[in-house]
Amino acid sequence: MKLFPVRGGVHPEYRKERTSELAIVALPLPSTLYLPLQQHIGAPAEPVVAEGDLVKKGQLLARGAGPVSAPTHAPTSGRIAAVTQVTAPHPSGLPQTTIVLEADGRDEWAELPAPIADPFAADSQAIRDRVAQSGIVGMGGAAFPSAVKLNLGTQNRLETLLINGAECEPYLTCDDRVMREYAAEVIDGARIMAHALGAPQVVIAIEQNKPQALAEMTRAAAGIAAVTVVGVPVQYPMGSERHLTQAITGRETPAGKLTAELGVVVHNVATARAVHHAVRFGRPLLARVVTVSGGAIGKPANVEVPLGTLVSELVAFCGGLSQPPRRVVNGGPMMGQPLPNLDVPVIKGMSGILALTAEETNEQPSRACIRCGTCVTICPCGLVPVEMAAFIRKDNLEAAAKLGVTDCFSCGSCSYVCPSHIPLVHYFNYAKGSLAAANREKRKNDQVKALVEAKAARLEKIAQAKRDAAARAKAAAPSTPEASA
Amino acid sequence: MTTAYTDKSGPFTHAPSSVAKTMATVLAALLPATLYDAWLFGWPAIFLFLFTIAACMALEAATLAAQGKEWRVALSDYSVVLTGWLLAMSLPPWAPWWVGLIAAVFAVVLAKHLFGGLGQNVFNPAMVGRVAVLVSFPVQMTAFVAPHPLFAAASPGFIDALGITFGHAFHFDTMTAASALGYVKTELTKGVPVTQSMPGLMGLVGGARPGSFGETSAPLILAGGLFLLWRRIISWHIPVAMLVTLFVLGTVFHAANPARFTDGTFQLVAGASFLGAFFIATDYVTSPVSKPGQLVFGCGVGLLTWVIRTFAGYPEGVAFAVLLMNALTPIIDHHLRPRAFGRTRTGAPLPLKGGK
Repeated sequence: MKLFPVRGGVHPEYRKERTSELAIVALPLPSTLYLPLQQHIGAPAEPVVAEGDLVKKGQLLARGAGPVSAPTHAPTSGRIAAVTQVTAPHPSGLPQTTIVLEADGRDEWAELPAPIADPFAADSQAIRDRVAQSGIVGMGGAAFPSAVKLNLGTQNRLETLLINGAECEPYLTCDDRVMREYAAEVIDGARIMAHALGAPQVVIAIEQNKPQALAEMTRAAAGIAAVTVVGVPVQYPMGSERHLTQAITGRETPAGKLTAELGVVVHNVATARAVHHAVRFGRPLLARVVTVSGGAIGKPANVEVPLGTLVSELVAFCGGLSQPPRRVVNGGPMMGQPLPNLDVPVIKGMSGILALTAEETNEQPSRACIRCGTCVTICPCGLVPVEMAAFIRKDNLEAAAKLGVTDCFSCGSCSYVCPSHIPLVHYFNYAKGSLAAANREKRKNDQVKALVEAKAARLEKIAQAKRDAAARAKAAAPSTPEASA
Repeated sequence: MTTAYTDKSGPFTHAPSSVAKTMATVLAALLPATLYDAWLFGWPAIFLFLFTIAACMALEAATLAAQGKEWRVALSDYSVVLTGWLLAMSLPPWAPWWVGLIAAVFAVVLAKHLFGGLGQNVFNPAMVGRVAVLVSFPVQMTAFVAPHPLFAAASPGFIDALGITFGHAFHFDTMTAASALGYVKTELTKGVPVTQSMPGLMGLVGGARPGSFGETSAPLILAGGLFLLWRRIISWHIPVAMLVTLFVLGTVFHAANPARFTDGTFQLVAGASFLGAFFIATDYVTSPVSKPGQLVFGCGVGLLTWVIRTFAGYPEGVAFAVLLMNALTPIIDHHLRPRAFGRTRTGAPLPLKGGK
C-alpha cells in the first residue's frame, strides 16, 4: 500500500521493550471498585442505582445522559456501598461523583443483551445502539463515546475505517499486546464497525516497530478482501487521527473539519475489540488493558484491569514502587496527564500508568531560547512554537491565537526537542484554556446582550402598539370636547 | 500519598539535547581548523585566540553580574565561548591584544547583552565585534602575515610572540602581506586584470597563505561544517543557499568578463566563505527559524558577500553581508512561516476537495 509523507514529528526512545514481550495478565478482582460517572468526553452519566443495591456483573449502574455521553456498568457482582465524591484521575486532584461497588467475590453475570447473530446483516442502527448501551468509548486515551463516532456514516459517505494501532507513545504496549493476542477479535470488531459506518474498506495501521503485531494482524486478516494491514513509519505523533489519515490517504483534513468529511473514520484497536465483545456476546465494557511501566515500577506489566480498580492496587500488583517517582502519568509520556497520587480509579481511557524517575523525565530548568528553530521544523501542525510561546509569555494571547495556537493538539514534540527545556506545551495549554474561557464568556455576554436587546425590542413593540391604539382611538372618536361645548 | 508533581503538563520525557551540548558540538567542529591555524601562525595567533575568548567570558560574567543575574549558569552553556572563538577566528592572527579586547566589548556587551542577552540579539555578536574593529582600525585589521608555522625557523618563539601580541614588536610595514581577496582587489585598482592576479587554487585550498584564522583552512572548515550537518546541529539550507549563490554569481560574471570578475570557485575557497556559510550565517539566534526563511537568508548572504567583494571598498564581505541579512531576519520570519496543517498559506481552512 502506498503511504504518504507526514510533516515534522520526533523519534523519542521507545522504552517499550520493558513490557512488549510480556503477555497480558489479568488483575485479581479487587474488593472495592470506584466507578466515576465521567469516564468519557461529554455529559456525565446518571446513576440508576443507590446505596445498598445489589448488582450483578454487567448490570447498568449509570446511564448515558444526552447525545454525547456513555453509560457505566458493574465490572463484577456486589453491593453498592455508596454514590459519593472520590478523587478523579485528573491532574487537579478534584473529586467527582463516583459509584463505589463492594465486590461479593462471586463474579455473577447479570442477564446480558442477546448477541447480534449476524452483525453484517443487522441494521447499522442496531449496532450503534448496542455500542452505545455497552458504554464503549475511544480507548486510545481520548475516551470519546464510540457510538457517536459510528454515527458519522449517516452524514458522510465514508470510504475507510482506519483502525489506529500506531501506538506511537513511548512505553505503551497495551495495543501491541491486544493486537498480538486478540488479532481475530480486533479484526472482527473492526469489520462490524465498518458495517455500521457503511465504509467498504478497513485499513489497520501499525507502526513498524511492532513487527509481531503486524505479522499477527496480517495473518488474521488474510483472505478478508476488505481488510488491509499496513505498517506505517515510526514517527511520533503518527497515532494522531489527522496525521494517520494523511499518511494513509495523502489527504490533509481541513482545519475545523472532521476526517469523516474526507471519508475516513479512525478508531483504536482496543475499541474494536470492545465492539466485538459487545456485539458478539452482549458484554458491556468492564475492563481494559493497561501498560504499567516506568523506572519506578517494581515489575512492569500489561494488565487487564477491571474498571474502577484503584491505581494503587494495580501498582501493588506490579511489584509496587521501587523508588519514589518524579512523575506519575496517566497515559503515555508525551501526551499523558500527570496524576497527583495513586489513589484514583482506573477509567476507560487509561492506556498506561507510568511511574517515571527523574532520570527518565530528564526535566531541567528552562534556559533562554536560542531560536534554533527545531520546534518549527518538527511541529506536525506547521505552527511556530517559538513565536507563539514568546507572545504567550507576554500574555498576548490574541497574537498567539493569530499564529494558530488553537490548532495545536499538544502532542509535545516541541517541548520534547527544545534544547533550552522550555515547557512550550505548558504555555500552549495555558493559552488554549484562557482563550476557550474568554470565548465562552464572550458567547455568554453576546447571548445576554441578544436577550436584552430582544426584550427591549419587544417592550418597544408593545409600547408602540399601545401608542398606535391610542392614536387610532383618538382618530376614530368624534371631536367630542368641541361637540359638547 | 502525594509523591509525584503535577505542576506542569507533559511531555514527561525529553530528548537528550541541551544548549551546552549544541554549543560544545559546534566548538568540536571548529577544533581541527583552529589547531591547524594555530600551527600555521604560531604563538602570536595562539595568544590572541586565547586572550579573545577569555575576554569574552570575563565580559559576559561582568555584564551579567552587573545586572544581578546568575553568571555561572550562563558561562556553563558555552555560548560565549563560541562567540569568542568565532571572533578570534575572524581577526588577523598577529593582531595586538587590544584589538581582541575591543572586538570582545562590541560583541559581548553591545551586540549581545544590550539587546537582552542570549537569544535576544538581532545581530551576530562575533560579526559585530569584527566589523567594529575593522572599520575602526583598518591598519591592524588588514595586517595579515604570511604563515609562520610553529617550530619553523622563521616562527617567533614564545617570548617574541608575547611581544607581538601584548607589546609593540609587530612592524606592520615590514611583515604584512595581503589576503588573496585583498590582493586581487588591489591589483584590480592598479589595472592588473583578475586573470593575472588570481592566485592558484591549490594554494588557497591548502591554506598556506595570509589571512585570518578562519580564512586559511577551507578544507578543515568544510569538514567541520559537514560534521555539524551530520550531527544535525545545522541544516543544509543556509550554507547551500549561500555557497550556491556565491558560486553562480562568480561563474556567470567571470564568464561574461574574465578580466574584471573572479570565478565561482575562487569565490568559494577564498576569504571566509566556508566559515561564514557553516559557522557564522547559521547562528541560530540571528538567522530565520523556518526552512524557506533560511533559504532566502542564505541567498541574501551569498549575494551581498559577492556584491561587497566585487564592488565595495572592502576586499571581504561575509561579515557585512551576515549583519545586513541579520537585520532582515525578523521580516523574513514574519513572511515565511510554515503553512499550518489543514490551512492555506493565508490561514484559511483548506477547501474540501473531491466533493464526494
